[in-house]
Amino acid sequence: MTIITKLAIAASLATALTSVSIAQDNLKGLVVGFSQIGSESGWRAAETSVTKAQAEERGIDLKFADAQQKQENQIKAIRGFIAQGVDAIMVAPVVATGWEDVLTEAKEAEIPVILLDRGVDAPEDLYLTSVASDQVKEGRVAGQWLVDAVGDADCKVVELQGTVGSTPAINRKQGFEEAIAGHANITIARSQTGDFTRSKGKEVMEGFIKAENGGKDICAVYAHNDDMAVGAIQAIKDAGLKPGTDIKVVSIDAVPDIFAAMVNGEANATVELTPNMAGPAFDALSAYLADGTEPAKFIITESKLYTPADNPQGEYDTRKGLGY
Amino acid sequence: MRRLRLDRLANPQLLALVGVLAINWLLFPSFFHVTWQDGRFFGSFIDVLNRGAPVAILAIGMTGVIATKGVDLSVGAIMAVCGAVAATMVVAGYPAPIAIIAALAVGLACGLWNGFLVAVLDIQPIVATLVLMVAGRGIAQLITEGSIVTFNDPSLIFVGTGSFLGFPMAAVIAVVLMVLVTLLVRRTAIGLFIQAIGVNRAAASLAGIHSRMLLMLVYALSGLCAAIAGIVVAADIRGADANNSGLWLELDAILAVVIGGTSLLGGRFSIPMAVVGALIIQAMNTGILVSGFPPEFNLVVKAGMIILILLLQSPYAALPFKRRPAASNKTASS
Repeated sequence: MTIITKLAIAASLATALTSVSIAQDNLKGLVVGFSQIGSESGWRAAETSVTKAQAEERGIDLKFADAQQKQENQIKAIRGFIAQGVDAIMVAPVVATGWEDVLTEAKEAEIPVILLDRGVDAPEDLYLTSVASDQVKEGRVAGQWLVDAVGDADCKVVELQGTVGSTPAINRKQGFEEAIAGHANITIARSQTGDFTRSKGKEVMEGFIKAENGGKDICAVYAHNDDMAVGAIQAIKDAGLKPGTDIKVVSIDAVPDIFAAMVNGEANATVELTPNMAGPAFDALSAYLADGTEPAKFIITESKLYTPADNPQGEYDTRKGLGY
Repeated sequence: MRRLRLDRLANPQLLALVGVLAINWLLFPSFFHVTWQDGRFFGSFIDVLNRGAPVAILAIGMTGVIATKGVDLSVGAIMAVCGAVAATMVVAGYPAPIAIIAALAVGLACGLWNGFLVAVLDIQPIVATLVLMVAGRGIAQLITEGSIVTFNDPSLIFVGTGSFLGFPMAAVIAVVLMVLVTLLVRRTAIGLFIQAIGVNRAAASLAGIHSRMLLMLVYALSGLCAAIAGIVVAADIRGADANNSGLWLELDAILAVVIGGTSLLGGRFSIPMAVVGALIIQAMNTGILVSGFPPEFNLVVKAGMIILILLLQSPYAALPFKRRPAASNKTASS
């Protein structure tokens, strides 16, 4: 697929996502620098293509810099943007520390900085706002779906955690546990790390199935990301059980392949981690430039729940083109 | 034919494997419970064979490289490249056999590149293979365009999830490969030559061994093994995950070879024992999964077990046991 068609699809999705189209004429012709981490995951690639589409839609001239997972590249890119005299800078910071100097330089040059999808350990007055998802809430939405789905029935859950010690793994675990607290019928029987990957998700799920009476005792699997859920679905099928029916599957991210599984009735729910962080960022920038409205310091994106009732085939088709 | 001697079976690797399996059995009593389901065996022990296969396949190739006093850090990245090649080709509509042959050819080419750097340009193996370790994953991402390429071709999927006589295909491939490569090095002089190069390359060359040719051969074999492992892993999850396929598996493969008793200083080597080493590592992984340890303990438990196994193999650990039983054996047999 060419980059043009990707952008076209991204643009059409972006239009669908921005339900309220506020007049943002004051952004037209602005130059915005965007320092992206890299392209380490499908989601990151989708974020990049959605950001480009969002900028194009508003007539913004987006200067894109790929840091290839290195903070020094990001700092270099930001210094470059400052030297070019851009109107605003967006950064998806690769790590949390070490940003004070370069952000101070941007502040002295009076260029507003917006952080995307990750925060930094720096004084809050050094950046305009930070747009990110609430990972605890994502876990809570997933847990709440399960609570509603099982009702009063007993339910033994197995959990596929992300990489041990990573922030999303800790937060998504915490959120899920908050949601099922107070529902004694739902218990987490086993919890292991699948490193956010398909193959580890499959391997760990195979182990869980053997350990829980051939999988017959498991009522649901909660995966911290969709890729592990896709692996778990294959493990459930290999064990002769029906994913989605015998074992419910709930996960987080909303990548295309989980919608493909939903079309086949093999996944039950996913919580979206939206790749559209740039939309809210541009909205905040527009309001700030128009009359100096200070946006909220932390803008939280929506954690939307998708189930098979939400036209999974359509979601698959729109998302497939985003570079996931 | 060599006589099968009973004391050869009592080597540290097999004892360690039995020990790890016994611990698994204690922690999870139905560990060896194997049932027949959908035309295949099904159980935790079968999982060990199935999941251990990719590292075992890598270890087969890695043994030859390490025996020449080298190391191949690029196998994980080659896995990602070859998985990506196979997946994108079947998605593009090529038949599975063509895609598999192409992926194997790419793996072989990667191995020959490593061999060229080491044998012809005389670059140290750890540096030479580091090139592909870093660049390979980038190449794989270019091939998949950064996303996971999912496929549904039944013959390619069969390589990863099919079964032969009830055993998982991945394990069958590993065993066949182990037997073929072992025959190749032990029934010809190649094994002896590899050992000679590992002990002293200059002396081996002076003695008339084509050391360049043989080094190219071992690195090419390692690349080919990595390609097979990459295809198996991609077929298993029905998708090529360029970011994660084979990530850090080169270290597991080296560990398997070392547990198998092959010295990193070159020379003495054993391919079947490297496969046993891979099984030991996987038996620990599977044991941790079924036993219900919290994931925070995974690496600590693994590290502790590996230190124990390596200590058991050290000559010093064997000293108090070896001398006297050996003496008593002699008197008993005479």
